[in-house]
Amino acid sequence: MIAVLLIMIPLLGGLLLFTVKNEGSAKSIALFTSIAVLAVSLLGLTVMNSPADLNCDLRWISALNSRFHVGLDGMGQLICLLTAISFPLIFVATWSNVYKNGNRFYALMLLSQAGLMGVFLAMDALLFYFFWELALIPVYFLSSIWGGEKRIAATFKFFVYTFAGSLIMLVGIIYIYFQAGQSFDMHAWYNLKLDAGTQNWLFWLLFTAFAIKMPIWPFHTWQPDAYEQSPTAVTMVLSGIMVKMGVFAVIRWLAPVLPDGTYLWGDTVSLLCLTGMIYASLIAIKQDDLKRLIAYSSIAHVGLMCLAIFASNKSGLQGTMMQMFSHGVNIIGLWIVANTIETKYGTRKLSELGGLAQKDPALAILLVIVALANIALPLTNGFVGEFMMFNGVFSSSVTRYGVIDMAVAGICIILSAVYTLNMIKKIFYGDSNTLTKSGTPTSFPVLASLSVIVVLIFITGVYPKPMLQLTNDTVDAILRYMKTSI
Amino acid sequence: MNAIIFSAIWGVLMMFSGIFIKTKAVIRNLAIAGVALLLVVNLAELNHLLNLHINVRGMLVFDSFGMLFNSIAFAATLIYFLLSARDIEDVGVNQAEYLALIFFVLCGISIASSFNTLLMLFLGIEIISIPLYILTGSDKKNLKSNEASLKYFLMGSFSTGIMLMGIALIYGATGSFAVVNLAKQLDGFAPVMMAGLLLLLVSMSFKVSAAPFHFWTPDVYDGAPTVFTSFMATIVKAGLFITFVRLFDAAYGPSLAQWRLTIAFIIAATLFIGNITAVFQRSVKRMLAYSSIAQAGFMFFALFGYNEYAKEGIILYAAAYSLATIGIFAILIKMKDYTFDGYNGLAKQQPLLAFVNTIFLLSLAGIPLTAGFFAKYYMLLAAVKSGAYLWLVIFAVLCAAVSAYYYFRVIQAMYFKEGNGQVKEISPGFKLVLGILAGLVILLGLFPQLLLVHLYF
Repeated sequence: MIAVLLIMIPLLGGLLLFTVKNEGSAKSIALFTSIAVLAVSLLGLTVMNSPADLNCDLRWISALNSRFHVGLDGMGQLICLLTAISFPLIFVATWSNVYKNGNRFYALMLLSQAGLMGVFLAMDALLFYFFWELALIPVYFLSSIWGGEKRIAATFKFFVYTFAGSLIMLVGIIYIYFQAGQSFDMHAWYNLKLDAGTQNWLFWLLFTAFAIKMPIWPFHTWQPDAYEQSPTAVTMVLSGIMVKMGVFAVIRWLAPVLPDGTYLWGDTVSLLCLTGMIYASLIAIKQDDLKRLIAYSSIAHVGLMCLAIFASNKSGLQGTMMQMFSHGVNIIGLWIVANTIETKYGTRKLSELGGLAQKDPALAILLVIVALANIALPLTNGFVGEFMMFNGVFSSSVTRYGVIDMAVAGICIILSAVYTLNMIKKIFYGDSNTLTKSGTPTSFPVLASLSVIVVLIFITGVYPKPMLQLTNDTVDAILRYMKTSI
Repeated sequence: MNAIIFSAIWGVLMMFSGIFIKTKAVIRNLAIAGVALLLVVNLAELNHLLNLHINVRGMLVFDSFGMLFNSIAFAATLIYFLLSARDIEDVGVNQAEYLALIFFVLCGISIASSFNTLLMLFLGIEIISIPLYILTGSDKKNLKSNEASLKYFLMGSFSTGIMLMGIALIYGATGSFAVVNLAKQLDGFAPVMMAGLLLLLVSMSFKVSAAPFHFWTPDVYDGAPTVFTSFMATIVKAGLFITFVRLFDAAYGPSLAQWRLTIAFIIAATLFIGNITAVFQRSVKRMLAYSSIAQAGFMFFALFGYNEYAKEGIILYAAAYSLATIGIFAILIKMKDYTFDGYNGLAKQQPLLAFVNTIFLLSLAGIPLTAGFFAKYYMLLAAVKSGAYLWLVIFAVLCAAVSAYYYFRVIQAMYFKEGNGQVKEISPGFKLVLGILAGLVILLGLFPQLLLVHLYF
């Protein structure tokens, strides 16, 4: 019931919005719908959390033995909660943004939320693929219609990349379907033991799609352009949630299904992750454009998550799940600041900004906290996740290079401190110039949503136990399937 | 049998209606009623309700596969008439004759979808082809239309000759026209037989415009009046594919291993040429011609697969492809400018048209929630199940990703580019039918079994 509601509420809300012509009421309806989704998600976490409430299994295409099977496990709860929290935050923080044909903008936003929820809830591989593609379409239109100057080309690159990846994944899904006795059921896939030779190549059919989505170097080239050209509200969806689709899919659909493949290619993927992290961090240091800086920082962080998955141990997996949530919240916080600055001062260039802390102290304080969480300072949520991931990578029993992996990843954390603090310095400190002299304090909605993020940062940073408990069972189950091969 | 009889009779009826009836609307409605009648009698036969039984001595066989496809073809033609019958009137003065020819084509499709001997195959294909030569050249004062017609006729008769030659060789080797026996005769190496089968394969590949026999397609599709291109590229093409699948299953299937490499080559070449060339087109009409070649590459997987998914898949593909392409063509006919730029800003002028066009294009690209997704999906299923040539499947999906490029160019023009795409007069009925068509595409994209279940009556 809960699972179906999480998809249906934004879906129906989105369809309804196409008929609402009034801009203001469209905004309110969108906000209301997203809050309703959040309420349902919280309800699923607390009160109605029996399996009967959380799962739904209906007939869909019986000829293919595919079912409309959606459900929530611990990991699903966590990532659905992230999706549910993000949308109200995004709507509130960008409340003052004006869009042409605003009702359609909000309608597509809600449709993308429905698609994302579907990806995270699907327990049937075909259904998963269905939503995986569907989540992309609204985002494609959002970015292409309301994006920046070079939006059409950038978004199309993004689309073609991910579409090609998805189709290759589809071939893999079909192959496994036949191997699993014509079943798309997740548990049937988990219990399937393919021989190592098959897993060896099958791994890449699936992983290519996920790697493009995350994105892992060298599949990342679509990402900075797409982030830069999309309207910031959409960029928040892209980097806060959509990127997590790739990480999530590796944990749910790749590692337990193809444990041998995951083990065999672990070091190769780790190498790609590390290369990407270093590469993205170095570029981020050199960036002058605020949006591109955050985009590259995102590549670096996601690389670490992927690295930790392939450590194949409890600490690594739990850290990844924790970090999926934390990074989602933190990066949305960074984007909110970027959006505020861009709409206010009309520029994203760091070199043209400076001295904003005097004019806008509240924003400065909040940004500093978010930024510190982004570089994983203790007491913030970023620390918990990253510490566990590092621990996982270091103590990994599946690779001989655990120490080296950790050392290189550690350098990236230092680099992330360099570019994040540099960004703060350039925006908020130093002398104010003609552009920033006229600065005014930030409006209440933005500060409110940033405050919510800061509260989340501290709560999960100081007391992460509930979250870790939530994902505990999922991690154990997945590791059980992964361990069978090692 | 119902379909063959009624379509032939109605064709003759339409021919004479031109003499006795002077009102265009009456003739038009007569044709629409005829196709609706065809659909009804065919569905009645499919459901074993009404069957005009004629002893055909086993030369035709009416199974659910052929009849289900006939239903799809008639339903598609009905939609086609509802959307574009008025535009047929604009082509020339012989409105009744055009409609009569379309009925004869439908008659040919009904024969070709139920043939059981090579003789009937030949007859069916010829009944389809000859009216099409005329329809292609129906815009008599247009040089391009004439050129297309002549080209089509010459190339078409050439391939018919090849087909006859193949049939003759096969007859020489086996002493029979029966398709069923063909499979049994294939034990051991028989050069005459192989040559015959190869010629037959080549001529059929020509008819469905598979590479490297596709060269006529772009010119003919581009030169023919757009209403008839729409008919040719959808219903006729799907019909020919169904015929091909029938032939292949009976004649080639049992010794598939020998033919797989040939088919794989044709698939790879068709997909590659179709998709890559479509990318470079400026005119949407020509792009659709190449897209039809590219889609043919995917339909070829039905031959390659040779299992139950292949049969289900080709039915679904025929429906998905025909419905979507008819819709796109119907909108194209209403455009004043056939280039991609002609679509600029259409979403502002005609939101509904742009929206349904987007659904059709997404369906052709194979995005979930549209019929095109499951069509492609079943084809991949059939190919992967057969367990051979996984590289070909991966190549095919990469080509599908390329196809997104040119389909999305239309979407980009409609939604993201500034401009005022001009359209001709559009009636509310036209919009309604388009809306229903889009609804059908989405319905099949959610529940493909609604259609496929009829295969097992």
